[in-house]
Amino acid sequence: MQLALFLIFGALAVAGALNLLFQRHPINSALSLVVVMMSLAVLYWSLGAEFLAAAQVIVYSGAIMVLFVFVIMLLNAGVEERTQGSRAAYAVGIPGAAALFCLLSFVFLSERGALGTSSVGGDLSNAADNIAQISQMLFTKLLLPFEVTSVLILVAILGAVVLARKEQ
Amino acid sequence: MSHLTNFEVFLLLSVVKVAVVLVITLTCVAYTVLLERKVIGHMQNRWGPSRVGPFGLLQPLADGLKLFLKEDLMPLAVERPLFILAPMIALACALISVSMVPFGAVTRVSLHGTPGVDLFQVADVNIALLVILGITSIGVYGIALSGWSSNNKYSLLGSLRSTAQVISYELALGLSLVGVVLRAGSLNLRTIVDSQTHGIGPLGWNFFGGFQFVAFFIYLMAAYAETNRSPFDLPEAETELVAGYHTEYSSMKFAMFFMAEYANMITVSCVATLLFFGGASSLFGHFFDGFLNTPVFNAVFSILWFVVKVFAFLFLYIWVRSTLPRFRYDQLMSFGWKFLLPLAMANIVITSLVLALRS
Repeated sequence: MQLALFLIFGALAVAGALNLLFQRHPINSALSLVVVMMSLAVLYWSLGAEFLAAAQVIVYSGAIMVLFVFVIMLLNAGVEERTQGSRAAYAVGIPGAAALFCLLSFVFLSERGALGTSSVGGDLSNAADNIAQISQMLFTKLLLPFEVTSVLILVAILGAVVLARKEQ
Repeated sequence: MSHLTNFEVFLLLSVVKVAVVLVITLTCVAYTVLLERKVIGHMQNRWGPSRVGPFGLLQPLADGLKLFLKEDLMPLAVERPLFILAPMIALACALISVSMVPFGAVTRVSLHGTPGVDLFQVADVNIALLVILGITSIGVYGIALSGWSSNNKYSLLGSLRSTAQVISYELALGLSLVGVVLRAGSLNLRTIVDSQTHGIGPLGWNFFGGFQFVAFFIYLMAAYAETNRSPFDLPEAETELVAGYHTEYSSMKFAMFFMAEYANMITVSCVATLLFFGGASSLFGHFFDGFLNTPVFNAVFSILWFVVKVFAFLFLYIWVRSTLPRFRYDQLMSFGWKFLLPLAMANIVITSLVLALRS
């Protein structure tokens, strides 16, 4: 059951990501990214991180991607035009991608023994514990990064408001 | 005579539950439309639809048949895949939330002594409340994509206004529910309902004994804005924007948007009864527990109470629609951001203060 969920939604996430690259209209790419985010949420849920899955859907798919879609709709971004691929990109890109693939395969195959032994939903038992554990961490051990991140987001919001203000 | 394993029983019962809940929800949607027309009619001192069948009760059938058989127009310049996808997203999101609602007392159908399958809840999810909020966030795509793909100024404006309204009021909606979650200690809808059965009848409910009335009113107003209903229905007001984001839709796709709106209303009413009014628990509390205490009667009465409460909320929706005038768009946005959001945060602070002082 676990394996079936992982295979289906992992494949869906990869298909969504590939679709994002191959679509020519930006709105189709944005919607493919939404599919990727929601597949990731399902994968988090299948590992027992229920709160993280819900947060992924609410924050990432439901707010950040809506912002992306808004921008694409409002800026009326049209269909991407077909251009000649540059020779340099082919010359560097294909060997680079092949090198990255070889590196990743080497790492995964050499560490083969440690992989595939994830305890399915084992560490985080149920949602109450889930949220309780996360909040315990956030408010005790990780309090400084938490507060600094809030200040960072506040600075970003203020910057956006200042930049978008009309000239007076 | 073959015996089914536990998993097969679970699967079979889940399929049956899903089918029953789906049929009942869609029938409720159809009859809510009729209810709205009759109630608004009576409030305006006229009969609503009364010709088709006794008291107009077959009107939804006639409406459904008409919408089904109408010509399905699709203008040439629309973005076809998104045009077709948008109403499907809207309807799917509206119906998914209903699957997590427990609409009766816990009634288990057990097999071979295992804990068994709960008959009156399709999916018992531990984070049901967060999932409902998440599905509401995803429903925004239905509105946004429909307006944009219609390739029409009115639709685009209507959909952008509606999207901005929905994402603004989502915040107040989520924050108003935090007080209830603090009191119940869990996001599981069953746990929240059970935490309200500890008082004397209605005093145990979160609205009365839980002192969450401020949160309830914030929730109600935010939910009216989320479902694009009066008095927040500027995006679909006919006098303002032709018909807003569903201008270019006809027949079945329009019917899907329509059904999605009323299904959202039903979901909101269900969540309001579960979180603030005790869900399927009776108005008389445990007073009449000894009376007719068989499992079948208990199950039937609990569903009856739930239906009565949801019906009261739907009536309230319709009553507000026929009474209050519309908000202007800037009034609507400033109300959501400058009033409801700080009030919801204040509610959270006060609730957590009281809970911390009490323990």
